[in-house]
Amino acid sequence: MTINTTLMDTVFERYGGDAEALVEILRDLNQAEGYLSQELLLAVADRLRLPRGQVFGVASFYSMMNVKPRGQHVVLMCQDAPCHVAGGREVWDALEETLGIAFGETSPDGKWTLEVVSCLGLCAVGPVVQIDGEVYGNMTPDKVRALLARYDGDAGGAA
Amino acid sequence: MVYRAHILICGEPRCVEKGAREVEAALRSKLQELQLTEEVQVMEVSSLGHGEQGPEMVVYPEGTHYVNLTVADAERIAEEHLLKGRPVKNLIYQEPPSEPLPAPSTKEVRVVLENIGVIDPENIEDYIAFDGYTALAKALTEMTPDEVIAELKVSGLRGRGGAGFPTWLKWTFAQKAVSEQKFVICNADEGDPGAFMNRRVLEGDPHAVIEGMAIAAYAIGAQQGYVYVRAEYPIAISTLRVAITQAREYGLLGENILGSDFSFDLEIRMGAGAFVCGEETALMQSIEGKRGMPRTRPPFPAVKGLWGQSTNINNVETYANVPKILRKGGDWFASMGTEKSKGTKTFAIAGKVERTGLVEVPLGMTIREIVYDVGGGVLNGKKFKAVQTGGPMGGCIPEKYMDLPVDYEHLAEVGSIMGSGGFVVMDEDTCMVDIARFFMEFTQDESCGKCVPCRIGTRRMLEILEHICNGEGQPGDIERLEELSKYTKAGSLCGLGQGAPNPVLSTIQYFREEYEAHIYDKTCPAKVCKGLIEYRIDPEACIGCTRCARNCPVNAIAGSPKQVHVIDPETCIRCGICKQVCPVNAVYIE
Repeated sequence: MTINTTLMDTVFERYGGDAEALVEILRDLNQAEGYLSQELLLAVADRLRLPRGQVFGVASFYSMMNVKPRGQHVVLMCQDAPCHVAGGREVWDALEETLGIAFGETSPDGKWTLEVVSCLGLCAVGPVVQIDGEVYGNMTPDKVRALLARYDGDAGGAA
Repeated sequence: MVYRAHILICGEPRCVEKGAREVEAALRSKLQELQLTEEVQVMEVSSLGHGEQGPEMVVYPEGTHYVNLTVADAERIAEEHLLKGRPVKNLIYQEPPSEPLPAPSTKEVRVVLENIGVIDPENIEDYIAFDGYTALAKALTEMTPDEVIAELKVSGLRGRGGAGFPTWLKWTFAQKAVSEQKFVICNADEGDPGAFMNRRVLEGDPHAVIEGMAIAAYAIGAQQGYVYVRAEYPIAISTLRVAITQAREYGLLGENILGSDFSFDLEIRMGAGAFVCGEETALMQSIEGKRGMPRTRPPFPAVKGLWGQSTNINNVETYANVPKILRKGGDWFASMGTEKSKGTKTFAIAGKVERTGLVEVPLGMTIREIVYDVGGGVLNGKKFKAVQTGGPMGGCIPEKYMDLPVDYEHLAEVGSIMGSGGFVVMDEDTCMVDIARFFMEFTQDESCGKCVPCRIGTRRMLEILEHICNGEGQPGDIERLEELSKYTKAGSLCGLGQGAPNPVLSTIQYFREEYEAHIYDKTCPAKVCKGLIEYRIDPEACIGCTRCARNCPVNAIAGSPKQVHVIDPETCIRCGICKQVCPVNAVYIE
């Protein structure tokens, strides 16, 4: 994978190339690139003159950073108690079943990634599912199946 | 210029179409004629909410809402209402008759949430109009830092992030500390599942937090502050950005605030999805660009905090209380709450309750009052079973403590915590072992891994709980959980590990019979745990419509049309779809 140096310049400039902004820099790069490749992490370490281990350590610590490629669509489901109590368990099962992958997995065709997200603070409308940054509340198994179907003709992404 | 009245007149297209511009012109010229332009301000606003009855206007300070206005009406309002002070009754908006809604709780007392939904969070003038920044002005011009702290001591305000440490004492430590530089930090890494009061405050009243932080900085002698917001809250972040920019423009942040020699500025730092960063030492590591892992305390942040400098760190809600305390006095704040827990607290009511959402009540209100009077009772008239307070480090409180006053001390007595104010109501259909398993899954996932007892202890406890839920529980499991809880609590540096066993311990303490039913009888009394339940079809009720068989994802249901259907328990994966689709409710759980 080639490094997008323009992107790196923009992000570094945003934080004044400051090593103390490592968390912000990596989060922004992750957001732009979808994930943090080994090459990208090495380039960041070189630029900030930080030990490579420290950069990888930070990248692998925070859940909003990914060191593995992710799918075209990222489906996040709130894993927390209010959503769980409000019927999240059924929605959880419906997601796994419809996408044919378990939580934490990416479908083999690279179309879907299914992950959990910590509380989004939208507990009054739980269960909450987030797809590519869009938030959907008051989910039920039926609604979530219909929602996934919107992303293509057949909801079975792994098929 | 100070106006005695303000008129908001609607400028939305619907109203303009019906002549709002003409009404406005007539109003202005009439005010001119009556020589009221120095006393009455007319402003055009985007919408007043009843466009279908436009043109409309609202006269403040009374808030009189006039609708269906004509040019003549406007002139009449100018003459009667604004000159003579007599509102024109027949032009006032009438609420349409409606079905009475369940009455909103009168037991709520809004202090932190007072401005929310009332002011425009992106307009600093709205906040100022509601006495905003007067507390900072008072502190800077009339009070010494010691006096500010003394006022907080009178108020009895305690940390709203969960631990309940007296705020004045925390500030005193930071004030007394000798340090090259000092910092104030606002902990807005609100990660507790089910708690969203900080999000609401940052999105609805960001200046209250900025003002509270500035006052703290003045009291301890800091010049730089950070707000650490979790990245899961994009709207809170953008609202706060706008607020900080506006505060700078108005000279309320920056050099020589309000002409004093006090200078203070704020920066936002964003998290990246790590729950443990809500722990203060981990949070500071994260601001410094490192893995957010807690460190030993002491030294406490007041002595050695951000970049080794003395740092005061408080929660969003704590800071938001500060301006109100300085404005209205510590005595006023201390008049609410209980002997040791003063003031109000926001709670995020969630789960099986009629009215979910954010509420603010005086500390010391009972669980019963919060669930029934404020929350409207248990959803669908079911039976109350327990309430889980304080997030994943809190405990489950059973029905027998319904009349327990909710404050820091009483919650601790029954094995739970205040936390940031999560309040998850559970009904008779909730399995307490499943809930314990669920919370353990969360803490196990969020454990940063630094302390071995937390990293491995939570994992082992989770495994035991999973076995129990799957019907593979062994005699001795309960005792093993208790033992692991003890070690995990004792051997962890921060609140995450120390609190992780609380959901397990409290459910064992109050619902031991449910654990025993899972382990010895292999049944789940609440019929939740999949390994212990079977879906069956009532032959009396089944009409043979084939719907369940067609919808079953694993073809576990046999039966022909018009015949009674049967579920094969070996193939069944307990997904519950058959129960959802059955038109006659013939599917039941055994």
